[in-house]
Amino acid sequence: MEMAEVRPIAATPKASQTRRPGRAASPKLVDTIVQIGVIAALAAAWEVGARYGAINPFLLPPLSTVLQRLWDDLLSGAVLVDLGLTLYRALLGFFIGAVIGVPIGVLMSRSSLVRWFFDPLISIGFPMPKIAFLPIFILWFDIYDTSKIIMVAFSCFFPIVSATWAGTSSLDKWPIWSARSFGAKERDLLWEVYLPMAMPQILTGLQVALPVGMITTIVTEMLMGGRGIGGTMITAGRFADSVGVFAGIVEIVLLGFAVVKSLEMVRRRVLVWHPESRR
Amino acid sequence: MADAGLAQRRNSGTAGAYAVANTLLRFSPLLILCAFWEFLGLSGVISQQMLPGLGEIAQAFVKLLIEGNLLYNTLRSISRAATGLGAAVVVGILTGLLMASFRPVRLLVNPIVQIFYPMPKSALIPVVMIWLGLGDSSKILLIFLGCLLPVIVGTYNGARGVNPFLLWSAASLGASSFEVLREVVLPGAMPDILTGCRTALAFSFILMVSSEFVIATDGVGYMISSLGDGGLYPAMFAAIFFVAAIGFAADRGYAAFARRVLRWREA
Repeated sequence: MEMAEVRPIAATPKASQTRRPGRAASPKLVDTIVQIGVIAALAAAWEVGARYGAINPFLLPPLSTVLQRLWDDLLSGAVLVDLGLTLYRALLGFFIGAVIGVPIGVLMSRSSLVRWFFDPLISIGFPMPKIAFLPIFILWFDIYDTSKIIMVAFSCFFPIVSATWAGTSSLDKWPIWSARSFGAKERDLLWEVYLPMAMPQILTGLQVALPVGMITTIVTEMLMGGRGIGGTMITAGRFADSVGVFAGIVEIVLLGFAVVKSLEMVRRRVLVWHPESRR
Repeated sequence: MADAGLAQRRNSGTAGAYAVANTLLRFSPLLILCAFWEFLGLSGVISQQMLPGLGEIAQAFVKLLIEGNLLYNTLRSISRAATGLGAAVVVGILTGLLMASFRPVRLLVNPIVQIFYPMPKSALIPVVMIWLGLGDSSKILLIFLGCLLPVIVGTYNGARGVNPFLLWSAASLGASSFEVLREVVLPGAMPDILTGCRTALAFSFILMVSSEFVIATDGVGYMISSLGDGGLYPAMFAAIFFVAAIGFAADRGYAAFARRVLRWREA
């Protein structure tokens, strides 16, 4: 549960700046420009260092070679197949984990029987390295998509269920009482009060689970081979094709960035009403 | 039954048979799950091959422990994870503190963190394989890189969140900037640092096991996958449960340690 507090840097410190029009924006602009400059300088150092012999080009092939490979694979469609498969496995597994995890988390805070049953299972399962169970899922569901997706769902389930449970069990009682006194039924309460109030924590759970799901997807692909970014990368690695490996790294950096940022956007959209988005 | 579980949590200090009974009751769902497991295997719904009986797994575990090299492989794995994690904690805390205190460091490191934070670190497995081969150093580097970012981010967020009045009063009392860092910023950031390290601990186990699945010649992950490849499923299940138990114990031990470190804070 405590894992949830780690957030990318952009999420917190900038919030302390009060928004002022005009010149107050310029130091921030300078920061942004400098930071983009740092990235550009790193990319340039990579390219120049690898091309002119400061770095062994096998250990770190020049950026332009890597991008050229990426471009070729993009034209042949290989990149899109890999990205699509990895994204499909990660998101479907994540989605299954959320669809099972959120209701169980809500039920755990509402029903003592459900809590009695799941509390020990969650508290034992949450800190375990779930990836160790992968061979069991391979044994049960073979090496194709089913076992990968179930593995991803299994590792996403625990952060989601514990965040939902924590979020729905520590609710402020006043909104619940006032909703009741206005005549809301239990089912209305669930949709109108419990879930919205727990939404920030549920979303935090999802934000922890999604990167975990991506890590798991990549490992399952590496272990079982076949298509998908992980599979393609480990094949490239086994054939000592370092350009292929780094092309995979560039793909995965972009994919990870896109996925994590989209979930942040979803959070801002869903929590538009919440004080946290008014900072 | 749930009430018993709650009561057990409320006065966890009570010793004796009552507490034992409560713990049993609290963890009875696990026993139910075990019974279900045995039932599935014995009734033949799922073949014994797919779902070995728990007795068989326990026997295989004892055998692995006495005759096999389960302990040796586990120690190898844990020493790699501990080295990578330890280095990541030291470097990560230093980097996070420097980022929070000095703007040039922040401007230099922040973009790198921003780009690599969302990257699934397991993707680095083929990279470290190309860089350092199949030995210990590749896995240590992988665990180090994977654990570094959560520690940096936790430390940075914590250090930025320290109340500025404390910094100002320490400075006005004549503390040098290093003393402010050591006496005010570091303790103030400690809760966030500890949370970051806990995430890193979880990552270290994930990366330890998965790197050994993919590239290794020893270690507990390698052992699991070779037992699986050899069709020794009871032993494979035993080794998997053993790793899971170690991960669980490490997290619990760490949580107790973190509570101790933070004892000085008001709850």
